[in-house]
Parts: sequence; structure tokens; C-alpha cells
Amino acid sequence: MSPSIQILNPGILTLIQDAGRYGQHSVGLTTGGPMDPLAFKWANRLVGNDQHVSALETTIGGLKIKVNSCTQVAVTGAEVSVKVNGQAKAQWQTLNLKANDELELGYATQGCRIYIAFASGLNIEPQFNSTSTVVREGIGGLTGKGLQAGDVLELNHETLEDSRWQLPESARPVYEDTVTLRLIPGYQEHHFSRHQQRMFFYHEYKVSDLCDRMGYRLTGPKVTCDIEGILSEGICLGAVQVPKDGQPIVLMNDRQTIGGYPKIGSVLSIDLAKLAQLTAGGTVKFEPITIDHAHNELALAQYRYRHQALVAVTSEEIK
Amino acid sequence: MRIHVAGENALMVYFADTVSDATSAQIQHTAQGLAQHLGDVLIDLVPSYASMLVLFDPLKTDHIHVRKLIRGAASHPQVEQDSQQENIVRLPVYYGSETSPDLAHIAQNAGLSVEQVIEIHQQTLYRVYAIGFAPGFAYLGETDARIATPRLATPRKKVPKGAVAIADRQTAVYPAPSPGGWNLIGCCPTPMFDPKGTPAMPVQAGDAVQFYAIDKDEFFALGGTFDAWGEIE
Repeated sequence: MSPSIQILNPGILTLIQDAGRYGQHSVGLTTGGPMDPLAFKWANRLVGNDQHVSALETTIGGLKIKVNSCTQVAVTGAEVSVKVNGQAKAQWQTLNLKANDELELGYATQGCRIYIAFASGLNIEPQFNSTSTVVREGIGGLTGKGLQAGDVLELNHETLEDSRWQLPESARPVYEDTVTLRLIPGYQEHHFSRHQQRMFFYHEYKVSDLCDRMGYRLTGPKVTCDIEGILSEGICLGAVQVPKDGQPIVLMNDRQTIGGYPKIGSVLSIDLAKLAQLTAGGTVKFEPITIDHAHNELALAQYRYRHQALVAVTSEEIK
Repeated sequence: MRIHVAGENALMVYFADTVSDATSAQIQHTAQGLAQHLGDVLIDLVPSYASMLVLFDPLKTDHIHVRKLIRGAASHPQVEQDSQQENIVRLPVYYGSETSPDLAHIAQNAGLSVEQVIEIHQQTLYRVYAIGFAPGFAYLGETDARIATPRLATPRKKVPKGAVAIADRQTAVYPAPSPGGWNLIGCCPTPMFDPKGTPAMPVQAGDAVQFYAIDKDEFFALGGTFDAWGEIE
């Protein structure tokens, strides 16, 4: 019997994701991939995987699974209760599982995207070079949909390794209800008057009920643009489009690849992950950043991730 | 050509303000020149009507270098073969009453007969300006001004796979069932998106497309079906 995990309850929404689907925009396929890539990478690293192997993204919570062999697992991302066979366990650290163990998540108390990675990774047939599930396209994962109770996911191999690691608390992302999104002005920015841009950067916006893997609609003071539409053009991750109603939409991983609404710029990916952890009612503020400063921030973030050491877990104590 | 910042890993190249065959050719030429860098410093390209989004890996390169790559690819002399190699894709369409709920309305608007609308739709050699909206959805333009028709006031909840449609001066084939507000004039039995196929699509951006009418027998022989058409109003 090959090592595998069985989904007992998929919770609100559980999707198979890898780093995302790239180089496929020419046939209209979007990127997909983890909404919070940093938490995703840490989950993989805590179980000794390459940072982009296939793992699970659960939104809000409620996931329950059972493993049929020895493996290691790590749960990162949104704050959530984790139980193995009913016993409370910690996030952001390696957990050892043996055959027939059950892992159960509660519901997120802070943030909303939870990542669950397994040692050796999920063995999923890629579609268009990626296993990332995009439900809107019916592409990726097992069947292009969210996982269902009864689904069985194969692991690449059994893991007898039992050394455990944790990410020091000081290095863990903090998910807050109010986030500042640094935005690189771009696209049609010159069609938003200086006054409108000031308003946009000055005011706070709320995350509306219409927020999902495709986009986050915000509500707040109306931003007006001197054009209503443009010839449809490519949309990058984090682009902020402003339709006629003046309420900004931040485009996320499962966005359409082209569209005809004016855009004021794009959110820095590091900050987009924080937005992805917000649910309806969260507060957002925008702050301008130059592309050169953005590149610097990305390089620094990569440096910090690479040089952050994991700490060995020696006791069963919960942190 | 204007190059704008779009995001931390994206530059937007505007080739012109309007749509034309010359612009489309220029976009394809630049895309071909940049394609050699895909998988290395570039991660994806999104050609569209008069622009192309160039996505790069910001941990391997920066926008200054990518601007140079774009200008280099665009100014590289256009080999004459570029235009001669034009790929013309012929797509069959069944324009029968079973699959053309909006044909009468278009004809009435245009002061033409249904037969004339069908004829005019086939006469134009369309350009694939962009692929997006959904996997395999190719925006084709421009239709003859006489048959240009605004989108439906209320979009349909479900347009069948293969539906051939018109919106303003654009035409397209729905690659999969989806909601849609375009006017439906026929059905194309050729799959426009097959995840298992190589390539996954019969057309790519920049190609030319010509539609040709087929009768009911040919439609069925090519795998066409009326199954999903009975449900639409």
C-alpha cells in the first residue's frame, strides 16, 4: 500500500497547491498557487521538503485527515487549533505522525489561510506544469475542484525521520486585522488625478464580503479615474483595478489574465499575502512605493527567509 | 512604443492606442523575441489587443534590464517571413436555428437577412487579438461593422460549449460552458481548449481565423451536439 492521506472532512475549502502555474497565460490560464506563499514555504521547509512541493491550503479551517503510514506534517499560516488524535499540537513546527493518526484543524482565530505540508510532498499529476488548483478553471489538484471527503492523496514516500523543528516565534508572520499594502503606482496611474491619488493613499478601506482567491473587493471612499475602460490588457498579481463605481478590487492568485478596467498600480507581493489572510471587515490602507524600493524589499525578504534558521524541538511542550 | 511599470515583477508595453493588424504583428514579433528568455529571467507574457504584459522574476533581474530586453526584441529587424508564416486556422460553424438564438435579432438590427449575416461573418479573416477571460477564450476581431452588436442587457447564465458569438466588433467561440452576454449565432464543433491536447488550443494570439459554414450532418460528424442548446431561452 502506498503512503497516503485520506480526507475525512475538507473543511470550508481545501485545495492542493504548489508554487503556481507559470508560462501558461498564452492559453488564458491564471497563476493560482498559495495565497500566502511565505507560510506555504515554511510549511514545506519544516518537513524537510523543497519549498514548492505540493501541499494543502485550507481556508478558514475544519480540515480533518487520516494518514496510513509514518510521515511528518507541519501546519503554518492562520492561527488555528491543531489536534492529532484529539491532542493539542503546535503550529509552525514539525509533527510526527504514524499510521492511522488523525489530524484535525479547528477554525482560524486570526488570519484565514492555513498550510499543511507533508514530508516528501503530495504526489499529484501536474496539469500545465503545476498541481495548483484553480476551481474557476477546473484545472489542477485531483479533479480541478476543492478536495472532498473520501479523497485519497498519495505521498511521494514514507518518512521515518523523526527529528522535529520549529520556526522561532520572532520569525513567524503576524496576521493583523489592519494591514498596510505598499503599492507600486503603475498601469493607468496617470489617469487618476493627483487629488484622487492622495485620497486613495489617505483613506482606509474595508474588505467586503466579495473576497476570494480571485480578488478582494474593497469598500471605502470612491476613487475616480478620468477614463472608464481601456482596451483589455494583461493583469499582474496584486493589480488594483478601479471600476466605474470607484471601489477598488485587488486581484489575487486566481484572477482573470486580461481585463479592461483601469488600474492604479499593483500591491507588493509580500503585503498581498497579508491581505490574503484578511476576511470581510478587515481594514486596508495603501502606501506608495517605488519599483526600485520594491525590488529591494523583495531581495531582503528572500535573504531573511534563506538565513532564518529553524530550531530543534526537544520536548513535547506546546508553544 | 511606451513601457510602463505594472507591478514589482511586471512591465506593460503599449505598442499603439488602437487595434490594427500591423500592431498585432509587432506584438507577436516582440513576443517571439522575448520567448527565448522565458523560464529564465522572464516568467510569462500576456499579449493583448495593443499591448503586452511582460512578467519577470524580480529575484533574478530588474525592470531596467527587462526594458532593455523588450526594446531589443522590438527593434530586432522583422524578418519578412514573419508575415508570410501567418497561421490561418479555419474553424467550422453550424449556423442552424438550433444554435443561433440571436441571429434573427442581429439581422433585424442590421437590416439584413439572416443568410446575409451568416455570409458576412464568414467573409472576414479575423485576428486573434488576445486569449483570456477563461482558458482557451480567444478574442477575434474585427467583425464587419454591419454585424457589430452590443452585448445582451442581461447575460445568459449558461452559454453552451462551442457557441460562436458576437459582441460589438468582436467574435469568439466559447471554449467551455460559462455565463456570457455575447450574441450567439452558431456552434463550432472544434474543441477550443483541450487540457490533454498538444497544443491545448487550435489557435494562438496573432493567428488569423476564418469561419466556414457546415450543415447539420457535418456538425454531428465532427462531434457537434445540440445537448446543451435546448436549455437556453
